Amino acid sequence: MEFIDYYKVLEIEKSASIDDIKKAYRKLARKYHPDLNPNDESAKRKFQQINEANEVLSDPEKRKKYDQYGKDWQHAEEFEKARQQRGQQTYQGSGSQTNYGFEQDDDFSEYFASMFGGRSGSGSRGQVKFRGQDFNSELKLNLLDVYKTHQQTLTVNGKNIRLTIPAGVEHGQTIKIAGYGGPGANGGPNGDLYITFSILNNTKFKREGNNLHTSVDVDLYTAVLGGELTVDTIDGKVKLTVAPETQNGTKIKLKNKGFPVYKQEGQFGDLYITYNVKIPTNLSEKQKELFKELSKTS
Amino acid sequence: MKTTDLIPVQQFCEHYNVEISFINTLNEFGLIQIVRVETKPFIQPEQLKDIEKMIRLHYDLQINIEGIEAISHLLTRVNQLQEEIIALKNKTQFFDQDDL
Repeated sequence: MEFIDYYKVLEIEKSASIDDIKKAYRKLARKYHPDLNPNDESAKRKFQQINEANEVLSDPEKRKKYDQYGKDWQHAEEFEKARQQRGQQTYQGSGSQTNYGFEQDDDFSEYFASMFGGRSGSGSRGQVKFRGQDFNSELKLNLLDVYKTHQQTLTVNGKNIRLTIPAGVEHGQTIKIAGYGGPGANGGPNGDLYITFSILNNTKFKREGNNLHTSVDVDLYTAVLGGELTVDTIDGKVKLTVAPETQNGTKIKLKNKGFPVYKQEGQFGDLYITYNVKIPTNLSEKQKELFKELSKTS
Repeated sequence: MKTTDLIPVQQFCEHYNVEISFINTLNEFGLIQIVRVETKPFIQPEQLKDIEKMIRLHYDLQINIEGIEAISHLLTRVNQLQEEIIALKNKTQFFDQDDL
């Protein structure tokens, strides 16, 4: 292993300050950077040395060790033995650094590895940021809860989130709350929170998208002769005119009386009503007679 | 071009920890070409190597965009000259062999 004088590599004095080291490194890096010296093996080697020297000398702890042992090679070997006895303690960093287009294994000299146990991450930009984990949550609501836009406060992982739930949210629909997932690593952004709506329909209306369906009973006389009927819609009662001779199973549409359209304020689906004509039971003798008479006329 | 073949600028910037304005400036200087699909900006994968290089030049070596532009032109020229040298070397080798 050849002793490398890092001060000579960076062309600085032993007494150089951190600023001097930084300046010298930048100047030489600009000169020998592999991106600026394509296909130049000597520049690549020189750049590796500069990087290595900078990594040691710009870190006060490593510089101290280098100054202590690096000066005299024999002492460095003793240091190495002692280090191995202490249980292969190394100084490996947690982050990765920018790869300059050559093999990581060749980045640092054997000398560096023996002194410092490998490469450590020092550049802040070189560390790859990791986005935090996405969280998934289920929110149970009643159908009537999502008929109107409303706000709700949720507690997810100890954080209170005030959430605006738009009218018309569908069962099984998932919305994303950006940044409310797990925290990012190395300064990376937080993950997102995904909320899936589970909507319980405890009304008499069947929901199909934005449209609602229901059925109402119509007595025989109203169905035959026509008349008025008051029916329930999801937001109140409405009066309907039943046409004479309405057949059982007739379906009518009440425009804009369905469910709100998601994120389209003021827009609604339709309400479909199926008439269920009820045949009278427990007829009196007189009523039976009248029906018999009626049947003779047809 | 399918968007699955492209890299969203936002995602790229988060991964490399660079500002979107840096990528926009590279685009304005004509050093890279941002593709827009329904107004969303994307990077073409074949430009990744060059962009990574420009990121290193800017963030590691503190070279400004004008400097990167000049370097890009010079590097293109260096590469061309290197290829020419190799071609000429091959030619001289051929003539040297003839002499033998």
